[in-house]
Amino acid sequence: MKAVLTAFVALFLWSLPAAAVQPDEMLADPTLESRAQALGKQLRCLVCQSESIEDSNADLASDLRVLVREKITEGLNDREIKDFLVERYGTYVLLNPPAQGSTLWLWLAPGILVALGGAAVVLILRRKSAAKGQGPAPLTPEEQARLAKLTGSDAGIDRNA
Amino acid sequence: MIVEFGHFALILALVVAIGQSVLPMVGAARRDVRLAAFGRQAAHAQFALLGLSFAALTYAFVTSDFSVALVVSNSHSLKPMLYKISGVWGNHEGSMLLWVLILAAFGSAVAAFGRNLPESLKSRVIGVQGMIGVGFLLFIVLTSNPFERMLPAPLDGRDLNPLLQDPGLAFHPPFLYLGYVGLSVAFSFAVAALIEGKVDAAWARWVRPWTLAAWSSLTLGIALGSWWAYYELGWGGWWFWDPVENASFMPWLAATALLHSAIVVEKRDALKSWTVLLAIIAFSLSLMGTFIVRSGVLTSVHAFAVDPERGVFILILLGIAVGGSLALYAWRAPDLQPGGLFRPISREGGLLINNLFLAVACATVLLGTLYPLIAEAVADEKISVGPPFFNATFIPLMIPLIILMAAGPMMGWKRAGISGLLHRLRAALVATAAAALVVLFVAETDAIAAALGVAAGVWVLAGVTTDLVHRCRSREGTLGAGLNRLFNLPRSVWGTALGHAGVAIVVMGITVDSLMSTDIIAAAEPGDRFELAGRTLVYEGVEPKMGPNYMSERGVISVYKGDEKIAELDPERRFYPVQGMTTTEAAIRSTVFEDLYVVIGEQDEQGRRTVRLHHNPLVPWLWFGTIIMVLGGVLSLSDRRLRVGAPIRSKKATTGKTEGGAPPAGAQPEAGD
Amino acid sequence: MKQRLLYLLPLAGFLAIAGYFAYGLTLNPQELPSALIDKPAPTFELAPLDDRTPGLATADLAGEPVALVNFFASWCVPCRAEHPILTRLAEVENVPLYGIAYKDEIADSIGFLNELGNPYDRIGVDQDGRAAIEFGVYGVPETYVIDRDGHIRFRHAGALTRQIIERDIMPLIEELRK
Repeated sequence: MKAVLTAFVALFLWSLPAAAVQPDEMLADPTLESRAQALGKQLRCLVCQSESIEDSNADLASDLRVLVREKITEGLNDREIKDFLVERYGTYVLLNPPAQGSTLWLWLAPGILVALGGAAVVLILRRKSAAKGQGPAPLTPEEQARLAKLTGSDAGIDRNA
Repeated sequence: MIVEFGHFALILALVVAIGQSVLPMVGAARRDVRLAAFGRQAAHAQFALLGLSFAALTYAFVTSDFSVALVVSNSHSLKPMLYKISGVWGNHEGSMLLWVLILAAFGSAVAAFGRNLPESLKSRVIGVQGMIGVGFLLFIVLTSNPFERMLPAPLDGRDLNPLLQDPGLAFHPPFLYLGYVGLSVAFSFAVAALIEGKVDAAWARWVRPWTLAAWSSLTLGIALGSWWAYYELGWGGWWFWDPVENASFMPWLAATALLHSAIVVEKRDALKSWTVLLAIIAFSLSLMGTFIVRSGVLTSVHAFAVDPERGVFILILLGIAVGGSLALYAWRAPDLQPGGLFRPISREGGLLINNLFLAVACATVLLGTLYPLIAEAVADEKISVGPPFFNATFIPLMIPLIILMAAGPMMGWKRAGISGLLHRLRAALVATAAAALVVLFVAETDAIAAALGVAAGVWVLAGVTTDLVHRCRSREGTLGAGLNRLFNLPRSVWGTALGHAGVAIVVMGITVDSLMSTDIIAAAEPGDRFELAGRTLVYEGVEPKMGPNYMSERGVISVYKGDEKIAELDPERRFYPVQGMTTTEAAIRSTVFEDLYVVIGEQDEQGRRTVRLHHNPLVPWLWFGTIIMVLGGVLSLSDRRLRVGAPIRSKKATTGKTEGGAPPAGAQPEAGD
Repeated sequence: MKQRLLYLLPLAGFLAIAGYFAYGLTLNPQELPSALIDKPAPTFELAPLDDRTPGLATADLAGEPVALVNFFASWCVPCRAEHPILTRLAEVENVPLYGIAYKDEIADSIGFLNELGNPYDRIGVDQDGRAAIEFGVYGVPETYVIDRDGHIRFRHAGALTRQIIERDIMPLIEELRK
């Protein structure tokens, strides 16, 4: 069954190259139409699984596009239209997961990671500067010999760069 | 017969790979030269056998041998030759064969070119390559045999998915795999170094060219896929933050970070355990991408046919390879010698911040990609994480990177003065501010975002230019001497400059296209005129056309500038009868600053045709910028100082002056600093 | 020693991800739970298909201990496949079965039922697919189990199979009838 469904969805998807909004669906008022398109970009085409309703040519996507435009004409705001769809299709319909509940962590993660990483960077630099105070370990005789071989030009390089 | 021969060569390659993964490892531990030599020979033999195997499969496709099941399901006798060949890797089994072929090619290349590698390190690298090979060859032989026969043979094949019958997609997988699999070399070097317990400047110098090669291929592969989506999907999108796209983007981010951190290891002997970790992670992400694409665990528009059994197999491979190497890391990495010292404001400091943001960006993409799975497992919730999330989190993370990109290459090693840096960059700062102001005034919508994006690009370009000018400012002050120096700069300096400039160009392309593209979508009758971005587009009508394995409706749209006709565009709708599928072929007129992009759709009941006319400013910069980036990678790769096996001391003191000098291999740079 | 533990972090992170992947392999990503489970069925009122079977509205759903709502269309191949199973379920279990003809020409729907037989007690015509959107339908066929209070208790997307009926639907029917 799973295979059949997968095959069905795949067929459905591939046979219809994505083509977005159709001329007869569009609103006459360009401001409202562009609002509808912006909103549609944030709504998932449920049968395509990975596209927004604005980018898909699937039947359901078309129905939802028309619905969104109708609701806009009726005067609902974006939030209300989203809520309407979430009530029926779940948060799954939102391509942008709401920053609440279990998805709060998702939104916070980049900031937390930068903070943690930043702290690690500071620690690395601190340790390095602290070590700097004590000065480097003296060269082993072997290394001194090698340094002597290299001499002049190579040893002084980095100070110029 | 040839097909059985190919199958036999495949199994033989598996046997050889088993030898390759065991004997050189033993040889390295016992310091046995004969076993090490066997490892090298095995690497070459594995490559040769897989080459034969791949050739046999290609032969079956080219000659349309419909007694082979894979040819039946992915080819057709009428298909153009290019797509008969690309059909070899346009499916799961064949693409896996290409994957291991490239893996073996890299193993063989290490054996051939790593002449001045220490014998034990080289043996271990070859051994690890062999182990990866064993895993994937087993996978192919046991679950995905491309040579399976189908008897009785049908008269003709079921054809390749028409969306894949396209030049962009014909070459997209090979480059992508060159990138994915190329990272295996960095991975093998990391594992070998952990076994040896030693990471030093020389190690970083060996790893870097392989990473550069992989990075360049991966960049090109991703761009080809993106370009394909742009012209084939019919609405001008080129990036969707789809799980499969993310799967190729994450290794790219990790590889980019690795390229930068390896410089620190090479020049300053610092960040060693981090760099080793990045090398492991970069390839692990490639493997994870393979898993995501082929297991169906995340939904995507690009996925191969889904088979849970294969998913389990790859997951086990993933567990052994990634789990094993990370366990080795946890065990051995703490004992790596910590390296050189530096101040926060220094080249190393800059590269460290670069790594911080690249790593966080990579982690964010990873988290966003996996979060639906996590939410379902933990909270039993079904959620989507789509483009709006990635745009909102990824773009801010890029801002510090871009600021650094201009300044970083100018900072000195160990310590740099911030005031001197600002002084040197004053012209770049002025140019950036000017660009931002111009955009603020010119842009009609989204002015602030547009100004930020364009300013970012200008900043990096100006920084790159400043850096080049500064490096070749001659004491005599004559232009000739300056130019002479410019062309004698080490290629790696040019590589860095081009790589960064390419990113800048891409950033501007992305910004301007996503904020300022306009379109007209209408039902048109022949003769209808549309005004778009200062042009007049006239829909002339549709005529039928026959292709080799498809039927087509070809639309004609004339483009006028004023009264002068400047172009005729012919978008198509193709119907492929064998698969019963329709594809749209956009017609695109690219000039330096814009694309005119037109697509025709279906006919409505009144006989009118849906036309989509897009004006996409700066989209050509995406492809142009990518090519510059890849060029930078290739140029860097050709630098004598990086080339594996090349004599080390090549240039005179000038190189030292500009790049901090390449330390002779084996010697510890600034060992006593 | 504490520092050594830090080096275990990447491995721990990977194991967590691998765990999610292993779990993910057991799931069907195409399967979507209904957002309306345990909520009242949405408000709708649909005209009848013809004069032989009455139409369908929200009020018709409540009252019976258990009822089934099935979205179907004549152009839908899996609907044809599930038709005998659905008919049998309604007959043998004596469960009220309501049909909603999804985005279909009326004549085609009638033809479909004339050919295969009509298992439905009521049929509503949903030509613009609005009732379907109210239910959160994303394709046909889809089947809903409704309880006495008119609440949705179960949704199956895709064709019904014997396995799904035995595993999910039958136990639920038993439970609701208690």
